[in-house]
Amino acid sequence: MTRFNAWNVFKNGFTGQKSWDRQWRDPVPKKEYDIIIVGGGLHGLATAYYLAKNHNKKNIAVLEKGWIGGGNAGRNTTIVRSNYMMPGNHEFYEHSLKLWEDLSHDLNYNVMFSQRAHVSLFHSPGARDGAARRYNIMRLHGTDAEIWDLDTLKKNIPHLNYDDARFPIMGAAVQRRAGNARHDSAVWGFARAADSLGVDILQNCEVTGVKRSQNNIESLETSRGTLKAKKIGFAVAGHTSVLWQMAGLGNLPIESHKLQAFVTESIKPLLDHVVVYGVGGAHFYISQSDKGSMVFGGDLDWYKSYAQRGNLPIVQDCAEAAMAIMPCLGRIRLLRHWAGVMDMSMDGSFFICKTPLSNLYLNAGWNYGGFKASPASGWYFADLIANEQPHKHIQNHNLERFEKGINIDERGAGPDPKLHG
Amino acid sequence: MIRIKCPYCGERDHSEFTYGGDASIKYPALDAPASEWTKAIFFRENIRGMQKETWHHTNGCRLWLEVERSTITHEIKSVKACHPQIEKITKNKS
Repeated sequence: MTRFNAWNVFKNGFTGQKSWDRQWRDPVPKKEYDIIIVGGGLHGLATAYYLAKNHNKKNIAVLEKGWIGGGNAGRNTTIVRSNYMMPGNHEFYEHSLKLWEDLSHDLNYNVMFSQRAHVSLFHSPGARDGAARRYNIMRLHGTDAEIWDLDTLKKNIPHLNYDDARFPIMGAAVQRRAGNARHDSAVWGFARAADSLGVDILQNCEVTGVKRSQNNIESLETSRGTLKAKKIGFAVAGHTSVLWQMAGLGNLPIESHKLQAFVTESIKPLLDHVVVYGVGGAHFYISQSDKGSMVFGGDLDWYKSYAQRGNLPIVQDCAEAAMAIMPCLGRIRLLRHWAGVMDMSMDGSFFICKTPLSNLYLNAGWNYGGFKASPASGWYFADLIANEQPHKHIQNHNLERFEKGINIDERGAGPDPKLHG
Repeated sequence: MIRIKCPYCGERDHSEFTYGGDASIKYPALDAPASEWTKAIFFRENIRGMQKETWHHTNGCRLWLEVERSTITHEIKSVKACHPQIEKITKNKS
């Protein structure tokens, strides 16, 4: 694979930039692999990459039922942050943010990570105190966090509704190192880097059946033939339950819900932060893409669903929230909106863990936060698969935590998946 | 928009309702072991297809309903009141 650097761009200039290699191969599936990761989204690709890079594993395949990055990797609002406070979560997400900071160099692929700051507005003294508590916990763990008063906020983001908002803006809790990245670039970067380390990326390869013995999986039936592997990882968040039941493993602490995202027509630079608004039941987050579109999202659709299409009440809710904090968007036109199917877990936290089967490993339950988590998800999942031992940061992110009473419930919302937004 | 035919109020937008969850859960006896309670409270079949689920007509008659709905197409097959006694009343009404 040709590396991306100034010299190679210059050299390829002589041939109109048409001499670049394929970014990743389209290999014929082998009959047997050492490790198979099911799911060619960001988490699956990142896992394969770190297995090859950090643990020197060879003979790895990633199976993707459609095309890589065509699932939830392409259906998110690309926000990256690490403002978590529960033990396990803050170490995990901080590690992820650190990986993002160096990801473009590491992958030799520009993932367009932009640390434009994540600005979470508050509208009451109670909300301010809550934010201060959370952000102080972050500071105590070495993550950057600050509280902006109204003047600082006005100076940094002048276009919010400071005049006549129903819930007047009082200030914001801010993580400056947070921001967003380009989702396609992250997918392609991980795919290209994994492929260059010898990982077979098998697209249009849907798992249609799981053949197992008492204690392990013997082979996977796929649309491209029967594949065997010594170790198998599931990274198919959104549809984890479907695959889990295909393997005859019963129920999971997960419900599949859908979350919508919206993109408007392109406009001139308006907003160079990620702004989050949450008050009176509303939940809204917005940023501006490099192409100039406003990208935003809100709450879940509130009922369980595997349909990748959103409902209209949520479109209205998001439009109302947009008008509440940025009335200047009133006449902007929506270009696209879509819904992604997510694993909503019973406590709002993820699973990277071993399973009842000896050669099966689980990566699931990403709730709202799959995109920002993807590098660390791959990093820790690869570590688990290679070393057979969960890293101490994710030692409680398993399926047994509910029975043990050590739920990792960041919002304190209880065992109702739709509430962990 | 999903339209739910409430047995008391008639057909209404789903935005009048609050989603409950899986209606097939059977809670174990109070003195059952923790593992059984864990299964009932935290573990779900998460069906991809027709499933029984509960909805609360929050902004209507406030009945809890048991709805059979496809989680792929959102098509609704049947709606009835959760409580059998109330079902009798709603039947008389129609």
